[in-house]
Amino acid sequence: MKHKRLWFGAAGIAVAGIAVAIGIMVRPSIAPIDPPAPASFDPQLVRAGARVVALGDCIVCHTAKDGKPFAGGLPLATPFGTIYATNITPDAETGIGRWSRDAFARALRTGIGRNGQPLYPAFPYIHFTRMSDDDIAAAYAYLMTREPVHATAPANDLIFPLNFRPLVAFWNVLFLREGAYQPDPSQSAQWNRGRMLVDGLGHCASCHSPLNAIGGEQRGRAFDGGIVDGWEAPPLNALGQAAQPWTQAQLVTYLRTGRASEHGAAAGPMLPVTRDLATVPVEDVEAIAAYILSIQKPATARAAANPLQRAATTPAAQRGATLFQASCAQCHGPAAPMQSIGERPTLSFSTAVNADTPRNAIQMMFNGIGWHGEDTLNYMPSFIDQYDDTQIADLAAYVRETYTDRPAWSGVDAMAAKLRKEDTAR
Amino acid sequence: MITLTVNGVRHTLDIDPSTPLLYALRNDLHLHGAKFGCGLGQCGACTVIVDGKPTFSCLMPVAAVGSRSVRTIESLGTAEHPGPLQRAFVEHQAAQCGYCIAGMIMRAQALLERNPKPTEQELRTHMEPNLCRCGTHMRILAAVRSVAGLPAPEPASAPVTISKGL
Repeated sequence: MKHKRLWFGAAGIAVAGIAVAIGIMVRPSIAPIDPPAPASFDPQLVRAGARVVALGDCIVCHTAKDGKPFAGGLPLATPFGTIYATNITPDAETGIGRWSRDAFARALRTGIGRNGQPLYPAFPYIHFTRMSDDDIAAAYAYLMTREPVHATAPANDLIFPLNFRPLVAFWNVLFLREGAYQPDPSQSAQWNRGRMLVDGLGHCASCHSPLNAIGGEQRGRAFDGGIVDGWEAPPLNALGQAAQPWTQAQLVTYLRTGRASEHGAAAGPMLPVTRDLATVPVEDVEAIAAYILSIQKPATARAAANPLQRAATTPAAQRGATLFQASCAQCHGPAAPMQSIGERPTLSFSTAVNADTPRNAIQMMFNGIGWHGEDTLNYMPSFIDQYDDTQIADLAAYVRETYTDRPAWSGVDAMAAKLRKEDTAR
Repeated sequence: MITLTVNGVRHTLDIDPSTPLLYALRNDLHLHGAKFGCGLGQCGACTVIVDGKPTFSCLMPVAAVGSRSVRTIESLGTAEHPGPLQRAFVEHQAAQCGYCIAGMIMRAQALLERNPKPTEQELRTHMEPNLCRCGTHMRILAAVRSVAGLPAPEPASAPVTISKGL
C-alpha cells in the first residue's frame, strides 16, 4: 500500500515535470505577414536602424565569406558542432520577409523564432533582450528595407541531443533574464548609454567572457576574456594591466579605426566589429569606452612600460631573431618607417605580445590582416604557409623575450600545431 | 653555409641566414626574374613558388627555406621556348612595364598546379595579393583564363566581387 502510494507520487511528479517541460518548450508561432513594402517604412527610422544594426554587429555573423550582406550562411564552430547563421534579409521564403515586427521583437527579446521554435543561443538574445523598443523597431525597419536575398543556410551540424531544438528552452531558464535596462539614475547619461551598448546591443560579453560547459557565459565572470574563432578575446576588465594602461582616447580610437597607437591593431573577429563602429556616431563609441573603463577590476596598476629592445639570449629566441630580421623587421623593427611615422605601436606595447598566452601572437603570424577593401587601414601578410610550428615558436620566443619583461610562454609549438589545424579547416 | 634547392638545382651559399630569399636569388644565383617591389609583402613582385605555394621571397629568410624546393619564373621556359603561361602573357600583351609580371605568372602557376580548372571567383581571389601599377590586371586575368580554359565573364553578368578579409 505504502509502495503503491510512493509509486503514484513519483508518477505524479513525472507528469507534472513533463507538463512544465512542455510548457516552457512550446511557444506559439506568430502569423506570417506579406513582406512589407520598403516604402512603407519611415526613412528616418530606417536611418536610425542602420546605426542600431551597426552597433549590434549583425552583419558580422549574418554574412558568409564572399556572401551577400545579411544573407547568412556563415559557419560558427562551437564545442557542440557547427551552426550556420541565418538569412535576415527580407526574402519571403528564406529570410525574415514574413516576420512581423512582433515576431522580430520576440526573437530579440526571448530567442524564439517566428514559428515558435527556439533559436540557438549563438544568437545573443540574452543581450539583445536589453534593447529598447525603439531600437528594435528601427533595426526591423532597416533590415526589412535591405535587398531580399534568396539563400538558405546549410543545415546545422550539432551533436545529439542538442540537435533537438526544444531543449534550448532549458538553457534559457538558466541564462535568459528578459527585459530592457532601466537607466541607473546615479550614473551619467553617457554611462547608461554605454551600458546598454556594451551589455545589450553590442553584446561584448558574448566573446569577451569565458563560457561554461553548456555554452553559457559563466556567472560573475563577465568580461574576464574568452575565446572565439580560435582567437583570444582579451579581458575587458583589466585594461589597466596593459603595458600602457588603456585610456578613454585610446579605446575610442581603437574601436573606431581598428588601431591604437599604444596597443596594436584589431584582427581576427574584432576587425569587422571596428569596421561597424567606424560608421556610428562618435558619441556612441565614447559611451562604450566610458562604460568599459568603469567596469575595471581593482588591481594595482602596472607602471607604464618603456619600449624595450633587448638582445636575444635563449637559443629559440636567437633562431627567432634570424627569422624576424627577414620577415618582420621591415615593419616592426625599431628603424622601420612604420614605427616612426605610422603611429604603429612598438611590439613592447602589443596586446598580443604581452598576453598571458601566445594564442593571438600565433594567430597574427599565421593569418596576418588581409586587405579589406578601400577602407584598409592595417595590413600584415600571412605567414602560415611560410613557417612551420617550430619556426613560429622561435619567432614568438624572440618577440616575447626581447620586447617584453613578461615570463616566457611555454608550449608555443603545440598550440601553433593545434591552431594551424583549426585555421586550415575553417 | 646555406643550402637552397632552386629550380631543381642544389646550391650551397655562404650568406647570412637572415638574408631574404629574394636577395639570394637575384644577387647570388643571378636569377633576375623575381623583383624587389615594396619589401613588405604588399605588392607580390617578388613572388616565387616554395614547396608548391606562392611565397613573397622578400619576406622569406634563406634560413627558413630548409629542404623545400624553390621555383622561379626561369624554370617555366625561355624566350625561345616559353611555357604555357608565359606564352599566354605574350599573346595577351599582359605586360606594360613588366615589373610585376614574373610574380604574377608564378602566383598563377601555383594556382593552376593545384587547381587546373579554377572558377572566375577562385582565380580573382587567388591573384588578389599581386598588384600591377600599370593597371594591366584585366589582360593578366585574360592570359591566365586562356591557359585554364576558363571563359571570359559575360559583360552583362553580375560583377564578380571579392571581399578581402572580411
